[in-house]
Parts: sequence; structure tokens; C-alpha cells
Amino acid sequence: MELSYYPGCTVKTRARNFEESAIAVMQTLGVTLAELPRWNCCGTVYSLADDDLIHHVAGVRNLMQVRNQGHSKIVTLCAFCYNTLHRANLVMKDQSDNRFGINSFMDEEKPYNGEVSVAHLLQVLRDDIGWEKIAARVTRPVNGIKIAVYYGCTLLRPQSAAVDNPENPVVLQNVVKACGATPVDFPFATECCGSFQVVSNREFVNERAYEITNSARKNGAELMLVSCPLCEFNLRQAQGKLKDKYPDFQAMPLLYFTQLMALAFGLSAGVNRFDLNSPETQVWLSQKQLMV
Amino acid sequence: MEKSAFTQKALVIGGGIAGIQAALDIADTGYRVLLVERTPSIGGHMLQYAEVFPTLDCPQCIMTPKMVEVSQHPNITLLTYAEVKSIHGSTGHFRVEILQKSRKVDHTKCTGCGACWQKCPGRTASEYNAGVTERTAIYIPFPQAVPAKPVIDLQHCRYIHYREFIESKQDGKKPPECRICERVCPVGAIDWDQTDTIITEEVAAIVVATGFDLMEIGNITEYAIDPDVVNGIQFERLLSPGGPTAGVVKRPSDGKIPQEVVFISCCGSRDPEHGVPYCSRVCCMYLAKQAVLYKHAVPDGQVYIFYIDIRSTGKGYEQFIQRGIGEGTIYLRGKVSRVYREGEKIKVVGADTLSGQRVEIAADMVVLAMAVLPAQGNGTLFSRLGIATDTHGFVQGNHHKFAPLETSVPGIFVAGMAQGPKDIPDAVAQGSAAAGKVLALMARNEPSLQPSVGILS
Repeated sequence: MELSYYPGCTVKTRARNFEESAIAVMQTLGVTLAELPRWNCCGTVYSLADDDLIHHVAGVRNLMQVRNQGHSKIVTLCAFCYNTLHRANLVMKDQSDNRFGINSFMDEEKPYNGEVSVAHLLQVLRDDIGWEKIAARVTRPVNGIKIAVYYGCTLLRPQSAAVDNPENPVVLQNVVKACGATPVDFPFATECCGSFQVVSNREFVNERAYEITNSARKNGAELMLVSCPLCEFNLRQAQGKLKDKYPDFQAMPLLYFTQLMALAFGLSAGVNRFDLNSPETQVWLSQKQLMV
Repeated sequence: MEKSAFTQKALVIGGGIAGIQAALDIADTGYRVLLVERTPSIGGHMLQYAEVFPTLDCPQCIMTPKMVEVSQHPNITLLTYAEVKSIHGSTGHFRVEILQKSRKVDHTKCTGCGACWQKCPGRTASEYNAGVTERTAIYIPFPQAVPAKPVIDLQHCRYIHYREFIESKQDGKKPPECRICERVCPVGAIDWDQTDTIITEEVAAIVVATGFDLMEIGNITEYAIDPDVVNGIQFERLLSPGGPTAGVVKRPSDGKIPQEVVFISCCGSRDPEHGVPYCSRVCCMYLAKQAVLYKHAVPDGQVYIFYIDIRSTGKGYEQFIQRGIGEGTIYLRGKVSRVYREGEKIKVVGADTLSGQRVEIAADMVVLAMAVLPAQGNGTLFSRLGIATDTHGFVQGNHHKFAPLETSVPGIFVAGMAQGPKDIPDAVAQGSAAAGKVLALMARNEPSLQPSVGILS
């Protein structure tokens, strides 16, 4: 099976470990992620301003490109790309006035009416492949590892864009279980990491990370599994700083869910690009003898 | 048109406070009443409460006399553990079929001595204690039950399991045969051959008073499913002097006396996201009352009530709210976004919108005022009766203001929570009002409408 795939800026730069592990894992599951040709920026953040249609144009241009390639679905990795594209698509599907405005603006293209569906990779794993098939591919079960799964915000909010129950999601826990590891109870799984506040208020983001990481540790986790490159960035950079402020703070290793799957599938370490993970993660991986 | 004399008997469905009031008012006038209750005893939800607002009466004290009066009234036939299965006919002449579920206990022999339920090894969650404790398989729901004679719950009876095992001819280990109740019964009242029976009756009019249930806590997925996160009825049982903890407030997880309790209003109610846009009407008052009762039991304890609005519109209700505030209840106007366990504590994260602050409370117990819903099984019954409901499953009166108790079927009336959320005084008033409607109908003794057929030409 081949699926049209939208990478976005972060997975091509900072989060190559997310992209490369995802492509390898999907290949193992018989799915080729075919990168959308000539993709452009997704729009980064869905604009909530009242009269701000121009902000959705970038997203819509990508969706038109998917349609023009003859695909009916686009798969994303980055949670922000997913959210922005999905919601731009809803504007085109459900809001006839705005659809008309955007289509008129982009008059060089054939009008777009929201005919492409936007999916996150987690939805593909759950709905198109299924946990049993994933579990069947596990050759090196990561048994006994206690994991706090962390969703962040954009996979689940607002409800119209949620990949799972927004208040009590289970899809990442199911990834963990399929890999043979154990998800722990984690009340902060859907807590906001501070998101792009990191640009203007780094102290606030650090405090969020302190609470989130401590809660994971209190609940017995030795690893946090993330799905969003911005969450990964925020938690990682904060963990580095928090040791100075709170001497007893213990950083928590962070893996993308696709990296955990690659480990469980026994794929070669090269696809995981652990060199891009945090130093604490690398130490933990070597202690667990998972670097190979 | 020829007069057709009406059957001089009424049917009341549901033995809660509204149904009991309707039955007594009809019977006291000299007409006969058939009262059908689905569970093994009449009493309904009211009897589960610790004390009732705003007067803090003890419901066991004020309600049990009415229950006994029902059972001893010469004009009332009480059918418990029974359900209305079908209805035919029309005003004045409804023919109803009632399923009398088998109790496996011969109530003509049983003396209610209690030997059986004291020895029974079968266990399941107690409905009366809202799952806070267990009951036995052969049981009376609570000590003041009417009738005070037991039934055997077939789903949890060991001998029934044994018989099913033998009949299915499965391999494997035989479950114990049990039959302890049969051995200890001094009068030989256990009757394994007793079967369900159908009772057919004709009645002139019907009062539907089938009550309510609470939304399951699990529907609010941001609040933890935890033994120390309970619904309003469960907390009533923990406050009740006749409850499982004898009125000492102990939290379910470890039996400790909670020092900080958080109450959360509108859990599901006034929340279209959860399918309940309406107000459940009783929660503001019962939370205020529970806070007061808790403070009486644990004087150095602290209570917080998260609320959207305080709705205290009944007689004496606002004064009661002020009394609670005076006795130390802290009201926080805002919603709670999350409830989760952290070690020994239940963390409550919410907003106080009056001060604009984010609030985090490390509580020992959390009480959720879950939305009031029509009782389970109401939908099936209402469609059997052919009466219309609103979009939420409550019975729809013929006119919102002038015919609130008349259903879409002439001769069938509604009272109590079956019509919509309401407090005890309103439920009792509706029970009496429905009784008045029924009495007027039976006294008139002829149809008020001319049967006619429209012809289009």
C-alpha cells in the first residue's frame, strides 16, 4: 500500500529521527509513505482570528496538491501539521462562504471542496493496519518497560480535529501495548506542554515540563513516549534547564512512538537516528542495551 | 352515545415517593389501586438519602410510615418485583399484563426472619447502597423494605449457577451446589420451582412514576474512575446514619475519614457535549446539604463546591444555601477540567472565575453531581404504553403549562422524575395532582371525548 505523506518543516530538520523511524516502520508494515511532491508550509498554527482566511491558504494549497496527484488521503507525522491541515480542510468542507473566498483567491486552481481526508499516522496504525498486525511484527518485545504516553494538545483539540477521545485517549497506549511494553497511568497525558509559548515565555514552558515530567515519574514511568515534535523540543530543552533550578529533578528519556516501534520490530538502529534524541535518552537506551 | 362504566381501579407504576403519594391519595378516596414496582421493595431513591433538604428530615423516618401504609391499605394491591409488559384498551378500560418475576421464595410462608440472607454466600453490589457495599444473592434491599421478605437474585445465586452448569453438560470443575438458604429456612419457603407469572388486570387510569437514574461517572472522561470519586447517591449512603459506615464518613479506598472533600456541580448536566443540555435541578441543593452534613460529621473538615450558578429556587432553599456558607462551605464559581489520583490524594484542577485564578485542590474525596437521566428501562415502558417523550426520554406532557401531567394517551398520567428532574416536594405535589386527575376520571365514569372519525371529501 502506498500513502501520500506530508512531512512538514520540523520532521525534515530537528525531528529526522521521527521521520526516518516512521518511514522504516511503515515499510515493515507494508506501507510506503510517498512524500507529497512540491509540498509547502502547512501554515504552522491554525489561525483563530475572525477574518484571517489568508492563513488557511498554505494548508489548502497542500490539500489541492494531494488531490491533483490523484490521492484521496494525506498522512502527517507532525501533530501541528495534522491539526492545521485538518482544520483548514474542515473550513473548505463545512464553511461555504469561506470556501468561496479561498477558492476565489486561488483562482489559478480548480476549486477545492474538502475532498481529501487528513489523517495522522496514529490513525493509520489504528484504523488501516490494526494492533494485531502490528503486534505480529514485534520481534524484540520491549517487555517490562513502563511508559508514560504524552499526547500534547494538537492531536486532540479541538474535538473536531481529535484523533481519539479528547479527554481520555488510548491510541498511544495501544501502540505501547502492541510493542509489548506497559503504559502507566498518567494524568498529564493530554496536558499542554506550553507549545509555542517557548518563543516568548520559556520559563512558563519549563514549569509545565517540570509538572509533566514529575507526574510521569511519580506514576512509575521510566520513559515518555511523544507524538509531537514541539512537545519533544519543549520537554527536552526544559529538562536540561530544570536541573539547575530544581537540584533533585530527574530528566526523563523521550522517544517518538515510531522509534519505540522500530525498536520492537528489531529494525537496525540507523533508522532511529538516536543521535538526535536527548542525552538522557541516549544514556537510558545504552543502559537498556537498546542502542543496537 | 351509550355510557360505558369505567373500571373503578387505577394502576400506579413505580413505588418511589411520587408513586406512593399517588397510590395513597387515590386509595384514601375509596378507589382501588394496583401499585407495581420493578425492584423487590417500594421506597425508591428517596430512601437512599441521608437527610433531605432544606429541613434535614430523615427520609427513613418520614417515608417508612407511608410505605407501611401502602402495604396495609385495604384499597391497595402491591406488586413488587413486577413489571408492566403490555397494555390494551383505552381510558376507563385499560387491560394490562404484569409480569410477576419469580422470587424463588414463597411469600405466603416466609416470615422475613432473615436466616437466609444472613447465611447466603452469593455476593454482588448493593443497589440500595449504590455499589458502596455488597449484598447477598437472596436479599431484602434494605432493613425497612416493604415487603420485608426476600427475593433470590438469579444472576448471583450459586445454586442457579450450579444448575446452569449441570444443564449445560460442560466439562470442568463443578461449582458448589450451595442451597444454604433452603437448609436454614425454618418454614420451607424457598421454592426453586417458582416461575414468572403473568397477572392480567383491568384499570381505568394509569399513573407513570418511574423515576430517574444518574449518568455513569465514566461518561465524564476527564474525571478519574476511582473508588474515592463518587456520585451524589453514593455520598448520601456514606453520610447516612443507617448507611454502610453508620454515618461515619469514610472514604471507600482505605476507610480513612476524608479531611477535604470537593463537590462538583453539573457533571454532565447543562453540558450539551454530554447530551444533557438541561439542568438536573436537585444538585445545587443536595450538594449544599451534603456539605452541611459532612461538616456536622467532620467539624474540622473542609468542603469546596465548584458551581456554574447556585440554583436555590424552592421554598426555604436560598436560606439553606446561606446556612451552608455560614457553616464554612467554600463556593468556587468555575468548572473542573480534571480529576486524577496522585498517591493518597485526588487532585482536582479547576478555575475560580470570580478571582480569575487556576485552582488545584488535593482532596481526599470528590463527589460528582452526575446528571439526572430517565430511569433505565423507561424508554421500553413508555413505548409499551404508547406515551410520548421529549428528546431526553422524559415523559412529555400534553401542554407545557396547562396539562403537564396528561400524557399523549388519555387516561395515562405522569408524576415525579419520570416527567423531568425535580425535587421531593415537587414530586409529591405531582403524585397528588396525578391522583386528582385519576380520581376525577373515575368519578366522571364516562369518556370525556366523543369518539369520532374524520372524513375527507
